[in-house]
Amino acid sequence: MNFEEIKSVLKGKTAGIAGCGGLGSNSAVALARTGIGRLIIADFDKVDESNLNRQYFFYSQVGQYKAEALKENISRINPSVKVEAHIIKLQPADIMALYKECDIIIEAFDKAEMKQMIVETVSEKMPGMPIVCGVGMAGWGKNELIKVEKFDDIYVVGDGITEVSDETPVLAPRVCTVANMMANTALELLIGEMK
Amino acid sequence: MNITLNNREETLDTNKEILSIAELFELKKFSFKNLVVKINGTLVKRDEYQSAYFKNGDKVDVIHMISGG
Repeated sequence: MNFEEIKSVLKGKTAGIAGCGGLGSNSAVALARTGIGRLIIADFDKVDESNLNRQYFFYSQVGQYKAEALKENISRINPSVKVEAHIIKLQPADIMALYKECDIIIEAFDKAEMKQMIVETVSEKMPGMPIVCGVGMAGWGKNELIKVEKFDDIYVVGDGITEVSDETPVLAPRVCTVANMMANTALELLIGEMK
Repeated sequence: MNITLNNREETLDTNKEILSIAELFELKKFSFKNLVVKINGTLVKRDEYQSAYFKNGDKVDVIHMISGG
């Protein structure tokens, strides 16, 4: 498939992105650059200076809602992407309502209990909907531990073991590696395997 | 008992014909929080860990969610 063919398939696709932090902002930008037709993004939080070590925002955007700031950044990269931005702390009913028309959902929360909540909601209430999650991307180095594991329609990307802590902060290189692997997994599911 | 646990063949050291998810966690010494559990593709929620059973040949997934993103 050449890039024009890829873009023509992707143009008709919608990805839901749950959370606009390190995983969500970077995977959204990767999908926007590749030519996804529509992104439905959601986050309740505002950009903080401490987020700039890994999240796709600029210093001038500190204090803005992440969902709105990300929409603005995507429009500057690829204005043909339709971005629906929701300022909301997602609960199961919102996930089912906002993401029902999606071809794929990207789980991009930071808290383990929120990751569990969305994966359980999608598995139980949205059968057949693929969901790509990021699990274990704190710290640095250890590229060789990062992998993708498939459990039916759940795709888990990360090392699976390195939780964020004082000694293992979340930093751009490893978080963006996982975010881009998540976007790459989404791309494969949306346009098919590379021949 | 032989099952597929997280996409890998696993022999569980038990004489029982069926095991609950709670018994699996005890046997494997799993003490994690925030797990997504499935038996043959069907979601098992936390309040069903005692009552959801699997048997020889079944596919069990235990996905351990951790914070960071």
